[in-house]
Amino acid sequence: MTFGFKGKKPSRRQFLSGAAAVGAGALTATGAKAAGDPLITQVQDWASGTGDGVDASPYGLPIEFESDVRRRNVEWLTADTISSINFTPIHALDGTITPQGCAFERHHSGAIELKKSDYRLMINGLVDTPLVFTYADLERFPRENRVYFCECAANTGMEWAGSQLNGAQFTHGMIHNMEYSGVPLRTLLEEAGLTAAGDLKDKWVYVEGADASSNGRSIPMQKALDDCLVAFKANGEALRKEHGYPVRLVVPGWEGNMWVKWLRRIEVTDQAIESREETSKYTDTLADGTSRKWTWEMDAKSVVTSPSPQAPIRHGHGPLVITGLAWSGRGAITRVDVSKDGGKTWETARLAAPGEQMALTRFYLDTAWNGEEMLLQSRAMDETGYVQPTKNELRAVRGLNSIYHNNCIQTWWIKADGEAENVEVS
Amino acid sequence: MSKYRKLTATTALAATLATTLVASPAMAEKLGLGRPALPDEIAAWNKDVSPDGTGLPTGSGNVEDGEVLFADYCAICHGDFAEGVDNWPKLAGGADTLDHEDPLKTVGSYWPYLTTTWDYVNRSMPFGNAQTLTNDEVFAIVAYILYSNDLVDEDFVLSNENLLDVEMPNADGFIIDDRQTSEAHFVRDPCMNDCKDSVEITMRAAVLDVTPEETRARKVQELMDKTNPRVKPATAAAEAPAAEPAATEQPAQEAAGQPAPEAIAAIDPELVAAGEKVFKKCKACHQVGDGAKNKAGPVLTGIVGAPAGAVDGFKYSGAMSEAASGGLVWTPEELTAFLTKPKAYMKKTKMSFAGLRKDSDIEAVIAYLQANGG
Repeated sequence: MTFGFKGKKPSRRQFLSGAAAVGAGALTATGAKAAGDPLITQVQDWASGTGDGVDASPYGLPIEFESDVRRRNVEWLTADTISSINFTPIHALDGTITPQGCAFERHHSGAIELKKSDYRLMINGLVDTPLVFTYADLERFPRENRVYFCECAANTGMEWAGSQLNGAQFTHGMIHNMEYSGVPLRTLLEEAGLTAAGDLKDKWVYVEGADASSNGRSIPMQKALDDCLVAFKANGEALRKEHGYPVRLVVPGWEGNMWVKWLRRIEVTDQAIESREETSKYTDTLADGTSRKWTWEMDAKSVVTSPSPQAPIRHGHGPLVITGLAWSGRGAITRVDVSKDGGKTWETARLAAPGEQMALTRFYLDTAWNGEEMLLQSRAMDETGYVQPTKNELRAVRGLNSIYHNNCIQTWWIKADGEAENVEVS
Repeated sequence: MSKYRKLTATTALAATLATTLVASPAMAEKLGLGRPALPDEIAAWNKDVSPDGTGLPTGSGNVEDGEVLFADYCAICHGDFAEGVDNWPKLAGGADTLDHEDPLKTVGSYWPYLTTTWDYVNRSMPFGNAQTLTNDEVFAIVAYILYSNDLVDEDFVLSNENLLDVEMPNADGFIIDDRQTSEAHFVRDPCMNDCKDSVEITMRAAVLDVTPEETRARKVQELMDKTNPRVKPATAAAEAPAAEPAATEQPAQEAAGQPAPEAIAAIDPELVAAGEKVFKKCKACHQVGDGAKNKAGPVLTGIVGAPAGAVDGFKYSGAMSEAASGGLVWTPEELTAFLTKPKAYMKKTKMSFAGLRKDSDIEAVIAYLQANGG
């Protein structure tokens, strides 16, 4: 398939005028006027001199030209930056793995510094032998490597009442996706012994962190024994301080608040503790004033990351790559559809790789754009047959006072100049 | 994948055991790692309190004491009457608002279990100084929160004996996740064509205009233009090889050959570094350095040697204002006395911090503050 260029060609005009200006300078220096892009026709500094030595950055950061690709917070959102959240720059990333350095953070008492040598993990409650593990102990259990997304239940929560924040980073950036190395929670529970717990069907584990908030959550024993990981590495290296160094809990597909950081205690109980984080917060108030609790699973969801308000179309007309992310807490993404007209018609996007269990899936729609306005949407489907709903469909069930678990279809209004805006459509 | 993932939260709890549970724990192979947890260790960490009262220690506290404690430890964020300051949580009010627009969710209007309140105050509050309250103090503070919600009288005494008897207005306000039934219609065949007659834009983010300014696309473009490689000085790359060996030695020569200005030289950098760590305890309420703003406590840039109660825009306690008009200056000596036990130094200070226990921490944090403009 070929794409014809129509309309203005601003990039070519700029290129020619730029070449003329630099070319005039070159004439005096070399006596010969080269035709073409000076970046090609002239010897550039980097092609002549030398770059940094291998000792310049023993642990590297992204090159300065990528300084825009960073976490951001929204100051008005919380009272303070210590008990607060920031957002992953998903508008600027590709692929599916989130680099740790720009993966969103959510703390309730700030990111603490806890050395491996000071780390202790206790298992107590209805177990045969309450145990204490050191970090070194954990490294001696058989471990697994798994890729999972972690999404804050409040992701997109500011958008319930209507379009608020202009950028995919802010509307959908409370998510990251990493490869975790860790020990199955099941292994540790079995090391302590679960005979004392009796029938496991109605038992729970209560997990808490070492920070001042403790952020305790109750998890049904089935989930604890199924796929939870006690993780100490992410994307191959130690967890970052802000993600719970040295050890965090991974609760695949379930809301990020349960992924307790600086994990210090696992208690087997016969009831949910009903902690602050599972009663006053992370519960969902419906129109009639009753509230859902234990809404742990993250519903299937997707968003176009580019083009989007922070990633407008900067090139001319012709080929355009529309891309985004999709995920589901109930399993693998099977399909993503994209609409350019606000949901009237849809076409199926290409998945960069088959969907994986509770992990981000990258989708692409390779298309052409000729300056027409678009109301760009994406719609995810998961292996249970669940289809991502519109915001109005969600409101019809949940009312207007919900905050968490907003998995609605997002709309970006792409304008004739390529700029994009977060809008809501009928 | 396991069978469990296809079950809903509700059905999972009620369902028969998933096959993942079949392997008997008794059959699991143990590696003999870790060591038994000691009773005192378990007692030190196992502090959670369940809705049926499991874990609630003995003790009691009354509304009157709670009011004093609340003013000292909680009011700076939550307000004298638990009504909340700025964006900090409101703990009182909101009765009968849960089915209204913008419901006000407080301990009184929303929290289903009082055990949760006791547990949270006990383990996670006061913010920045958690786990410093005695059990009786926690009972008293919770009693005051109940009082501020009009749930008990002013002479009420809360104890482990009667805590479960307190009726929480929203105790029956919760249902277990029902998405699998109430949202079952989202499992469907997706429409591909003629899905709507018309599409109208009904709301725009630009109208609200609450996105942080610097992230706008145009700003980002400016930033990228600024860092474009073409604007780099042409000489830099050519000179780099020659300059490099010298450059690595330069900092050491500078340190040895050029004495730093006296004021800075007087502060031990190690002490400042230690002080920066100690300052983490203060960060919940105080900021220091460039761009510092007043939070729950005043900006501390340049505080050492400065007159007390003089930071612009901060509303000090009456006691601090009085001390300020009396000419109090924050010399290292005065700061040391204050930070050792704030409430003993100044009974009615707003600062809810209990004090730094170690003299070395106090010395370090003062050095850190000195290094930050004072």
